[in-house]
Amino acid sequence: MPFKRYVEIGRVALVNYGKDYGRLVVIVDVIDQNRALVDAPDMVRGQMNFKRLTLTDIKIDINRVPNKKTLVAALEAADVKNKWENSSWGRKLIVQKKRASLNDFDRFKIMLAKIKKAGVVRQELSKLKKQTA
Amino acid sequence: MAPKQRTPRTSRNPDLIRGVGKYSRSQMYHKRGLWAIKAKNGGTFPTHVKKAADAPVAAKPPKFYPADDVKKPLVNKRKARPTKLRASITPGTVLIILAGRFKGKRVVFLKQLTSGLLLVTGPFKVNGVPLRRVNQSYVIATSTKVDIAGLNVEKFDDKYFSKKVEKKKKKGEGEFFEAEKEEKSLLPQEKKDDQKTVDAALIKSIEAVPELKSYLGARFSLKAGMKPHELVF
Repeated sequence: MPFKRYVEIGRVALVNYGKDYGRLVVIVDVIDQNRALVDAPDMVRGQMNFKRLTLTDIKIDINRVPNKKTLVAALEAADVKNKWENSSWGRKLIVQKKRASLNDFDRFKIMLAKIKKAGVVRQELSKLKKQTA
Repeated sequence: MAPKQRTPRTSRNPDLIRGVGKYSRSQMYHKRGLWAIKAKNGGTFPTHVKKAADAPVAAKPPKFYPADDVKKPLVNKRKARPTKLRASITPGTVLIILAGRFKGKRVVFLKQLTSGLLLVTGPFKVNGVPLRRVNQSYVIATSTKVDIAGLNVEKFDDKYFSKKVEKKKKKGEGEFFEAEKEEKSLLPQEKKDDQKTVDAALIKSIEAVPELKSYLGARFSLKAGMKPHELVF
């Protein structure tokens, strides 16, 4: 029941509303009760309301308001990108993005692949059923 | 005579603000060198000799003057041109037909005809759609392209698809129903051969891509959960 993810300097968060929707940012300073100063390698450092952020499990080791260079170095050192992309949350987002960008032809190919896979699974299942029967 | 190569005409009088030039009229006169042209031509500006205008042919006075002034319609200089083709539709694009007998069929785009309609083919062997015209508005363009290089579609135009005009037959009462039966027109062999030649080259490039043939043979339909405004075609 206690909180596990805290707002702290170095907490990596996901933007869930607005222009930067879907971007991973690092909380670099806390401005007041509602806002944080937020930074990412490919964006200009700026303020964001906490309501726009969803905290992740990832935290990096930085001082309050580091340089862009220091921030990027710290992100590399903590290997945030790979940690995120291997986490179940990150993987889900990648799959969602892939599905949304599918072509009509891609969707057709996926349908054929699903049917094939289901056929193979059913064959194996029936084999196993015969064994136990 | 070929026109001289000219650099695009720029003004020698830069704008200070919009509507106000830097140089006055007399300064511009000097800048343009009109004084030099005049000097070369002995004090006067060179002119073209005016062509003697043909004396207007004496028109006969009209026999009839209308009682009220009739308004003339305004001049219309618009030219008819084929509908603007969407940027997503290029030769070889796979299109989804949305209406008509072949709705849902995925079809290969060949070219736009002068009437604005799109020339399209199944290919016939793959999905039963022959060489056909289709309106751009009833079509979704997918981003899948088929290699159409080497395909000659020059001979197809709107006249190729026009209905054949038959000579009027005089129908007697008893012959009415018999005549109707015979009117079912057969496709001329020439059109069947055209279809075969166009499709032969196309089918080769289609079979080069895995699963494309079955894709073109299947119809498109919206299933549960598909939101057309979110789908990427």
